[in-house]
Formats: sequence, structure tokens, C-alpha cells
Amino acid sequence: MAGQITLKSHRFRTEREQSWRELELILKAIEGRGMKSLSDEQIVALPRLYRSTLSSLSVARATSLDQGVITYLESLSARAYYILYGSQVSLGKRISTFFLRDWPYAAKMLWKETAISAALTLLAAVLAFILVRNNPDWFYTFMPDSMAAGRTPAASAETLRETLYHDGDADGLGVFASFLFSHNSKVAMFAFALGFAFCIPTSILLMYNGFILGSFIAIFSEKSLGFEVGGWLIIHGATEIFAIILAGAAGMHIGKAVAFPGELSRTESASKAGATASLLMAGVIIMLFFAGMLEGFGRQLITNDVVRYAIGLGTLATWLLYFYTPRRRDEDLGGGQS
Amino acid sequence: MAGVLSERVVDQRRLITPEGIDLRVQLADIGARIGAYFIDQIIIYVALFAAFFLIIFGGISTAPEIAITIFILVSFFLRNFYYMFFEMGPKAATPGKRISKIRVASRSHARLSANAVFARNALREIEINLPLSFLFMSRDSVDGWIALLGLLWSGIFLFFPLFNKDRLRAGDLIAGTWVVRAPKPMLANDLAEEKVDLDSTYSFTPEQVEAYGVHELHVLENVIRANELQTVMDVADRIRNKIKWSKGMSEDDLDFLKAYYAALRGRLETRLLFGVRRKDKFDKS
Repeated sequence: MAGQITLKSHRFRTEREQSWRELELILKAIEGRGMKSLSDEQIVALPRLYRSTLSSLSVARATSLDQGVITYLESLSARAYYILYGSQVSLGKRISTFFLRDWPYAAKMLWKETAISAALTLLAAVLAFILVRNNPDWFYTFMPDSMAAGRTPAASAETLRETLYHDGDADGLGVFASFLFSHNSKVAMFAFALGFAFCIPTSILLMYNGFILGSFIAIFSEKSLGFEVGGWLIIHGATEIFAIILAGAAGMHIGKAVAFPGELSRTESASKAGATASLLMAGVIIMLFFAGMLEGFGRQLITNDVVRYAIGLGTLATWLLYFYTPRRRDEDLGGGQS
Repeated sequence: MAGVLSERVVDQRRLITPEGIDLRVQLADIGARIGAYFIDQIIIYVALFAAFFLIIFGGISTAPEIAITIFILVSFFLRNFYYMFFEMGPKAATPGKRISKIRVASRSHARLSANAVFARNALREIEINLPLSFLFMSRDSVDGWIALLGLLWSGIFLFFPLFNKDRLRAGDLIAGTWVVRAPKPMLANDLAEEKVDLDSTYSFTPEQVEAYGVHELHVLENVIRANELQTVMDVADRIRNKIKWSKGMSEDDLDFLKAYYAALRGRLETRLLFGVRRKDKFDKS
């Protein structure tokens, strides 16, 4: 019974305990006040303590039957692991790489999906345009009452013209704020989120959006206001509709990955696609904000059709150049992605 | 507190560090996640409420239209960036998650990136607010049947975590993340240490310490740590019966258990060093 006096596992624990406590202290400081609160000695000690704790863990698993120690060491090692191998990019750096590299790269990666969702929108718009021009009754099928707001085939040319240049009495900020919750930003979010059901809801949503667009243009062009409605739409629509198309593309990218995972498992494939798609989606939200500003302020203040066209086409060209101009590929491309 | 000592294996997942050691992370259970969600929602709504009063009575704006606009903007930012801000921090957990002792982690060996946090939270709106919006959809704008179908369809997202073994939300699936337990157990005192002064009273024969295996040892450890009068008594009696130990006059049940624990552990650990791990009492090795 002499071996019982001090257990080997107990001696092991008393010898190592000091360094575990030290690591725990450092982790607490990092979790509370960040990396910057550490002294130089602590920073040097951190990786050493981490490795010695990991080795303690494997020794304890092999030789000790004290559950308290093993649970403690597992949790301590995991905490240290998450900090040492955690995200170490500063927020500012992260934001700048997003604009300089990640966002346009994601848009470029998804050009096929973007082309498809643009084609779907355009197809639906043209179809709706033709249908409504032939029989104005179709308009009521496509357009929900709440969105039409009096702009129906029955309205006179004067009323329609009026809506193009005056948005009631709302001030710019009010329009902008209501825009955040408006139809189009919801469509964009849903087009992205529903994508992973094999692209089907996304396609339907994009086409539905196209129908509304087409029938809307049709009633104005019937009253020979085609040129004017174009200016009204394009000043913010160039950004907004583009954003919806990109959101649809992001959704389809995920849907495609779920439907055809290739050699990966379906889950792996989805999360791989999700990394790129969510980058693009972050960009889409910025675009929607920008469109909201244009709708709130630009469209109110600028009533000249030619200037509206210039701004609209200008922003469209800027987006296209920003996304699709060839640029140098950095070596560490995708380093920020999981 | 020694942390969660039982039921560990069901939710255990492998996490192998670059150093080659499996950290055996534990998945967060659904209850903890729901709890965390509600705490976060309460924090958000209290903050919104405070912002509302600040805008109206704090003199930020007097014109109602502008006040409403500012409020809408504040709520938009708060609702959308609350989760992202906290989950990008060193703890990778919102206040609600911290209270529930869970955190977000990357499912692969890669680190948890800002993109992943964005992606998992971008889908939050759809998973939870979409079903709600179908539920409260006004009857005149959509046909009831369509609203019902929409509710069923969006319910798939809401209950997604219940139907996969890793309890992933749709957002977790896309982002390559999962939610794991992040308890911070204190280093519990070593029970074997306390028996030193008891050694003279309790000495067990080799046959007596051969009676049990590792599983029973761990159960015994839990019993001693919990220290509930009735349980301690029952367990002590059962062990005495099994090893045919006659109870002394002034023998304390807890002391007996501690002494037997130390003896059993000493025996099992010695055998462990020789490469024999006796699983439980039925293990004849």
C-alpha cells in the first residue's frame, strides 16, 4: 500500500499546476482587455504555456484518472487554441481588404450566376412589358396594389408624369429610412437566403421582380413617357436592380453548391460556396444603402431627365468597372476566408 | 465545480489542433442556444427602448418625422450589427452566449473569420423573422393558404438545428461554423489528496481494490464531489457489500468513500502505466 501515499497523477498535477494557472491568467487578460494588455514577457510565454498545457493534457489522458484535471485542461487548451488560432486581423484592415480585394473578387467569381440572374430579370421584364402593352389588365396581375400607389393603366398621363418628378412631401431622409425596409431590400435578402433551396425560390423571386419592372415601364410608355420613366428608374435602379441581381447570384451560387456538391459532402460544399457568396452579399447591402441615398436625395433634387440618365449610367459603369476590371491577383487571396 | 462530468460523449466532436491533439469540443445544447437568443433579444430591445426615449426626451430631435427616421436607422444598425460585433471579438460570443457559456467556432481547422460571422448572421433574419412574418401576414394581402404554405416552408429554417446531428442553423451551415460549449471550469481539488490522514484507518486488500473499473471510479468521483447525504450513504453501503468491508464503529461514510477512491485510483492508474485500462467492473482485463 506504500504506492498509495502519493499518487503519480497527483504529483504530476502539483508539478504542472503553476504553468496552467499562468496560462489561465493570460487568457483571462486577453478575453477581457485584448491582446494589447499583455506585457512582453506574457506574450513570449503564451505559446510556450499553450504547448506545455497541451502536452499536460495528453499526459493526463494517458495516465490520470482524475476527471477534474482532464476537464479543466481540455477547456483551458480549447480556450488557448481559439485565441492563438483565432481571427487576428484588425477591423480596419479587414474593411480595407474587403473593398480593395474581397468584394470585387467575389463578384467576379460569380459572373456566371450574375449573368443568369440578370437574364432571368430581363426576360421577365420583357415578357411583362409585351403582355401589359397588349392587354393592360395584365398589370393588375403582376403589381400588388400597395406598390402601384395609383400608378395604374387607368391613370392619366398627367398624374403619371407627376409621380415621376414629385414623391409627395417626404423629405430625403424619410424616404431613405423607409427604403431600408422597402420592397427591394427585402427581395435582395430573400433572393440570397432562399438560394440554398436549389436556386428555385431565388429564380422565381428574380422573375417576379422582373415582371413588376416590365409592367411598370409598360404603363408609362403607353402614355409616351418611356424616356422619362427610364430616367426616373435608372438614377437609382442601376445600383438597386444590379444589387438585387447580385444577391440572386449569391443565392444561386449556394443553391448550385447544395444541388451539385461534386466530390465534397453537401455540407462542405455549401459552406465553401457560402464564404464567397456572403462576401458578395455584404457588398450588396452597401449597394442598397447607396441606392437608398440616390433614391432619397438624388431623385428628389434632380428632375432633369438627361442628368438622371447621366448619373444612372455613370454609376452603372462605375460598378461594372469596379467589379470586372482585371486586377493583379494577390498571393494570399482568400486568406481571410474560411 | 468540476464542470460537466457526465453525458460528455454524446455531444463530443473532434477538434484536432495543429499540434496533433484532439481537444474534444462539446456541442452547445439547444436549450443553451435558445436561452442565449432570448437574452440577446432582451438586450437589443432594452437598448432600442432606451434609444427611443433618448431621441424623444433627450432633445436629439423634436420633429417627429426626423425622430422616427433616426429611430429606424438606429434599430436597423443595432439589429444587424449586434451579433456580428460581438462574435468577431476574442470571445466569439454575444453577451447572451457568454451567459449561457457557449461560443461560435469554426467547424474546420481554419480559424473563425469575419466572413463566417457575417454569413451566419446574415441568415438569422430569414430563419427567425421569415416564419414570423408569414404568421402575422395580413389576411387581405395574401391568400390564407399561401401564408400557411409559406409558414411551413419557412418553418424548415426555424427548426433546422433540431434535424441535424451537429445542431447547425442554416446560417452555420453556410458559414462553416458551429456553436460549442465554452465552460471555464475551475481546477477542482484533487480528491486523492485529502485521504492522506485517513490512510492508517483504511487499508484495503488487493482483492478489494480490484472490484471496480474506470467507469465506477468516475461515478464515485461525482458522488464525492456532489456530497449528497443520502447518495453518499447508499453508495458507501453498496461498496462495503461488494468488497465485504465491515463498517467500523465511528466510520464516516464520506471518509470511507474518499479513502476507497484514492486506493482504487492508485490501483487503476498503476495498471494504466502498464497499458491496461480497465473500463468497468465487467472488464476482466
